[in-house]
Amino acid sequence: MIGVLALQGNFDSHIKILEKINLNHKLVKTIDDLNSLNGLIIPGGESTTITNLLRRNQSLIDGINNLSQHKPILGSCAGLILMSKESNDSRVHNFGFLDIITSRNAYGRQVHSFEASIKVKNDTISSDIQVLFIRAPKVDEVNRSVDILATFKQEIVAVRQGKHIGISCHPELLDETLIHEICFKGKK
Amino acid sequence: MTKDTFKVKVGLAEMLKGGVIMDVTNLEQAKIAEDAGAVSVMALERIPSDIRKDGGVARMSNPHMIKEIQDNVSIPVMAKCRIGHFAEAQILEALEVDFIDESEVLTMADEYAHVDKHPFKVPFVCGARNLGEALRRINEGAALIRTKGEAGSGNIVEAVRHMKMITSQIIELQDADLSKKAEEFRVPLDLVEEVAQNQKLTVPNFAAGGIATPADASLMMQLGAETVFVGSGIFKSDDPSERAHAIVKAVTHFKSAKDVLTASYDLKDAMKGILMSDIPEDEKFSNRGD
Repeated sequence: MIGVLALQGNFDSHIKILEKINLNHKLVKTIDDLNSLNGLIIPGGESTTITNLLRRNQSLIDGINNLSQHKPILGSCAGLILMSKESNDSRVHNFGFLDIITSRNAYGRQVHSFEASIKVKNDTISSDIQVLFIRAPKVDEVNRSVDILATFKQEIVAVRQGKHIGISCHPELLDETLIHEICFKGKK
Repeated sequence: MTKDTFKVKVGLAEMLKGGVIMDVTNLEQAKIAEDAGAVSVMALERIPSDIRKDGGVARMSNPHMIKEIQDNVSIPVMAKCRIGHFAEAQILEALEVDFIDESEVLTMADEYAHVDKHPFKVPFVCGARNLGEALRRINEGAALIRTKGEAGSGNIVEAVRHMKMITSQIIELQDADLSKKAEEFRVPLDLVEEVAQNQKLTVPNFAAGGIATPADASLMMQLGAETVFVGSGIFKSDDPSERAHAIVKAVTHFKSAKDVLTASYDLKDAMKGILMSDIPEDEKFSNRGD
């Protein structure tokens, strides 16, 4: 069972991907929803809004921190910012699951959003996938303990640290399953 | 790399789901909205209830005021153009607003045609009272549909009517002659077929027009809205910041009556509101555009 944090954002497009790769799923809005999960997705959306709702619910923050000790967390866009150790906006919560520094809306406003093909590469996989960058963040710095999972024009757009994966764009909006399969099905 | 694919436009609408988009008329209000957890703000000079009261021609807002808000909040900023006023839309695109609302709240610029939204890079949201209207707007290039409701009324009755109308008309497509429906709706058959098959619109479907309380927001979410717009409801109340927080919470936890109760608990008075029977038919915003 994979949870999708559903405080705000594109949680239903992640649900569609989980269905496509035959993983059970549920929406997560409270700490009780975290019971018996094998992983969690923090979707895209507005990181200030998600932070606002998280901070009214400390038990949910604690529960996600606990879950991260044993289970994989996947964050896309706003989810990547929330998972990073530091971001350029002090109003946004940083769980610190990924030892990286991110900056919000780094490509500019919506008229600068775009569709692109990114290169996913690790020891065994080398694949181009189609994604959307929607008012996307950028990964500015990565610690040595962090693996680079995908790039676009030499820029880092997805990273992996231990079980956890963060991606700055949206494969799920174009029905692309590879990142979810790597994170939750151990695809190699 | 293409910047103007339709999916990129719908992508931003997807990001706004499960949230609250708030009307603001100045920077101070925009900051209150952002701090309260709004996913986006709609920058406009006068909120709908004042447009209704003041009368006169309501136009696109002053770009300077929109720019000031853009420069000082981090969430997406939307702005309204008049129905059919593609030059206002071009200006808003040049200003790089994140979404354009081609809105019945402003005075109509063209009584026969809406803006052709396909050539724009910036996505458009349009209001609809029924499925035909929603599909015509999508066919013109809208990336997001909202109920028209009756803006500035503080009365949820029209938003409920429009949401239920769209939902029931989508269900009716299951047993309908789709080519006849396409003709009736004045849209291409393949669009009607896609909606009939998926049993939902091809773009996200939000609620707007008359939402004033956490309970109103929960009601619209339970009726199938994926996000709510709150216009006059917040800044015409006695406690904008608290009310904004409360409505954000009510939208996230709309299925939990206990949470909506907690959100509603300490609020002061909501905006007064207007009965539909007290608005003459030719003064209803929702009758503008078809």
